[in-house]
Amino acid sequence: MSVAGEALPIEPEVPLSLRGPAPLRVVAGFGFWLFLLSDIILFAALFATYSVLSGSTAGGPSGAELFDKRHVFIETMCLLTSSVTCGFGSLAVQRADARAMFVWMGATFILGVTFLTLEGREFASMVAAGAGPSHSAFLSAFFTLVGTHGLHVSLGLVWLVIMLLQVMTLGFQPMVGRRFFAFGLFWHALDIVWIGVFTIVYLGAK
Amino acid sequence: MMNSQGQAQGAAPGVNAHDHHGARSYLVGLLYAVPLTLGSFWAATSPLVYAPAVPVLLATLAIAQMGVHVAFFLHISSAPDQTNNLLALAFGVFVTGLIVFGSMMIMTHLNHNMMSMDELMKIQR
Repeated sequence: MSVAGEALPIEPEVPLSLRGPAPLRVVAGFGFWLFLLSDIILFAALFATYSVLSGSTAGGPSGAELFDKRHVFIETMCLLTSSVTCGFGSLAVQRADARAMFVWMGATFILGVTFLTLEGREFASMVAAGAGPSHSAFLSAFFTLVGTHGLHVSLGLVWLVIMLLQVMTLGFQPMVGRRFFAFGLFWHALDIVWIGVFTIVYLGAK
Repeated sequence: MMNSQGQAQGAAPGVNAHDHHGARSYLVGLLYAVPLTLGSFWAATSPLVYAPAVPVLLATLAIAQMGVHVAFFLHISSAPDQTNNLLALAFGVFVTGLIVFGSMMIMTHLNHNMMSMDELMKIQR
């Protein structure tokens, strides 16, 4: 029993039940974390749909015939790098360093736009080749899953622009810091969903 | 009001919560994530990997990379102040697994038990 007391380096003098509500930053972060997990469950449903329908090509082209792995690799690297630049941007927000924040978040924005442009070109070339979402169950599921991820990235970019405008007009207020913190979580979560997309959809294509 | 309560708790509102991570955490995360990504693309394209083993290898690499992202980018850990976050994550992973593997299992069984189109046509006639 004494071991348990020694194992904790800092014994808080006030019991947890008497410490009152947690700081707003912690509450807001946890609430947004719950939202992100519900968003990931939405993606789980789309992944399940895709996995079930991926073989139903209705005589049309299969994934292995359609996907260009080099193209997907560039998209993946864009998103991974943007996750890191977003992390550096979040640190700059915490330091209230406007210049570093604009550099890193600007890089995040450019990488996000590059990703979306590449994905848009892929979609356009697939539709032009007659492999649009209405062709087969496989393609419907593909466009729904990858399109929902792309929609999230687009919304993330709109959010990022709004946050940059808020820093310019409101400065680094605690409120703006919390919103930027939530944006960072959102962006990292999208990168995690993309790992599932490139593994299951593109690399697992048969 | 919130601020005074936060300080009464001895925790500055969030600003210092992640200071001990710093830029290093993101760089270490990148250092792990890039080889895992390269490994995934290599495994999927290389003729050196025994073909039936590719899906398992891809799944392993993807789960490892997701773990790296959660730990180094989202900073979710098993620290005492992270218990709520970790529990929520565990529940999210549980539901995700249930939906994905449950759907796949049920639909494979349905496909297996369903009559083929030709047989259905014969019955209708």
